[in-house]
Amino acid sequence: MEIKTAMAGTLESGDIFIQIAPNDNAGLHIDLDSTVAYQFGDQIKKVITETLQGLGIDQAEVKATDKGALDCTIRARVTAAAVRATGKDVWAD
Amino acid sequence: MNSIKDRAALIAEAAKQMNKEVYNDSQVKKNITPRHELQRNCGKVVTLEEAIRKTGLKDGMTISFHHHFRGGDKVINMVVAKLAEMGFKNLTLASSSLIDVHEPLIEHIKNGVITQLHTSGLRGNLATEVSHGLMEKPVIFRSHGSRGYAIKSGELHIDVAFLGASSCDPLGNAAGYSTSENAKSICGSLGYALPDAKYADHTVILTDDLVDYPNQHSAISEADVEYVVVVDSVGDSSKISSGAIRDTKNPRDILLAKQAAKVVMNSGYFENGFSLQTGSGGASLAVTKYLRQGMIDKGIKASFALGGITSHMVKLHQEGLIGRLIDVQSFDKVAAESLMNDPMHKSVSANEYAAMLEPGSATHFLDVVILSALEVDVNFNVNVLVGSDGIIRGAIGGHPDTAQDSALSVIVCPLLRGRIPCVVDEVTTLITPGSNVDVVVTEYGIAVNPNRPEIKERLVAAGLKVVDIHDLAAKARSIIGNPAPLPFGDKVVGVVLNRDGSVQDVIKNIVG
Repeated sequence: MEIKTAMAGTLESGDIFIQIAPNDNAGLHIDLDSTVAYQFGDQIKKVITETLQGLGIDQAEVKATDKGALDCTIRARVTAAAVRATGKDVWAD
Repeated sequence: MNSIKDRAALIAEAAKQMNKEVYNDSQVKKNITPRHELQRNCGKVVTLEEAIRKTGLKDGMTISFHHHFRGGDKVINMVVAKLAEMGFKNLTLASSSLIDVHEPLIEHIKNGVITQLHTSGLRGNLATEVSHGLMEKPVIFRSHGSRGYAIKSGELHIDVAFLGASSCDPLGNAAGYSTSENAKSICGSLGYALPDAKYADHTVILTDDLVDYPNQHSAISEADVEYVVVVDSVGDSSKISSGAIRDTKNPRDILLAKQAAKVVMNSGYFENGFSLQTGSGGASLAVTKYLRQGMIDKGIKASFALGGITSHMVKLHQEGLIGRLIDVQSFDKVAAESLMNDPMHKSVSANEYAAMLEPGSATHFLDVVILSALEVDVNFNVNVLVGSDGIIRGAIGGHPDTAQDSALSVIVCPLLRGRIPCVVDEVTTLITPGSNVDVVVTEYGIAVNPNRPEIKERLVAAGLKVVDIHDLAAKARSIIGNPAPLPFGDKVVGVVLNRDGSVQDVIKNIVG
């Protein structure tokens, strides 16, 4: 799926800031900076990956700056960023 | 026939028997310098470098400091930089605590100037580096009460204490405030510095206001001071009330504070003449505000408030709701000024504040203490020193001292901070054993230690939401998921001592 550069979220405590950009290489590349990286780094990457794949995005460069967001918040921010990146409104139908 | 000449032989004989000299009047000359001039030229006032040399400080010795200026402290960095410049190595630094501002110590540790730390807490990059294994020797962590007692008993021997003071006369009478017109700084109580001044082999006062003798109502007596060093600034007073002791506007902290105040008011200890302490942390400091109305409504007055004294405590004292303030550390400028001006507001040394083995410790006569926590576990154990990521980020302070000695200890902490759980199955590091923790207040309910069934009964009767602490831990887990285990290494970077001097826990390094 063709994507543009897009972003969603904030740098507030309890939130996550997601930036999505096209990736020249195959696959999803996630660059994560998190205040809870030791305990939840893998879990956060898993939620981002699953959310993007669920929206049909298999190739993208993702920069995630996490301030301790819960999984539901991460899904919401990633979905919003994906909708902006693809122009495809997943909430429309 | 009984003139002094006649008694000369007897005087000589008495002197011989007592192994003393016979008084020789011709050796005595009066010093006729005007006294104002004399005190200004007193030999105690020297430069920092001279003071260091004259104390005879040597490599391998122990130096000490206080942290009353908290984030505004300038003394530790100034003195250690001078010691590094003079070529000292292998020193042990024993401060009452260390904060973000002491980050320059990292370089002095790397260069071998400082090779061991004794402190109540560590924060900022220094703490992060230590957690990653910066030092060969582990940091020794003590509570404020145990530090005071360790200094008195000689377990923590201090060779030279370098103590900042907001005023000092040329003889060494020093205080945490200044009544002169040249006052540059104010920190209030010097409670943590008093054991150092009294028991260190050598004490040097650094001051930014050298006042005329006598500096009255001084905290530290000239008898304990060898040298006085005048510097531009010992600390920035505006930075005292920051970090862990900020005044909160966070709505969740306010909710926790209101709940904790209800716990106190219904605990059975809220009676005329009760005594009170609140520890650092936004929610615990704010409890005083909400207790005030309850005290007015029920006509209850507290006999004394203890500890880190805040402007809220001072307000209640001035309104007649708290009889006396016992101040080991002034948490803000209002408290520091009250200490200076109000005879019912008195400072106390760390030892007399909270030492386990000091019979007169103020904490022994404390009814209620409100404390914060980084983590509480299902056995009511509390951690206030090491973050849930394994990195040191706090301070023991008086937490274990007051929790153990008080009749009722109340911990206020949110269930979660971001994605970090505060109610857990087992604390990362054991600081205050659960046997000393009575009530835990969270925004999801109040847990009462099974050791205190009578408290639980009273809180339930008052209509407060009392829950099982296991349910709080489960609730936290259900929201955040299961954290991955922390990447601890095999090196011990910190040792936590209990109040009784025994080793209670160790902190391992974090890898990566």
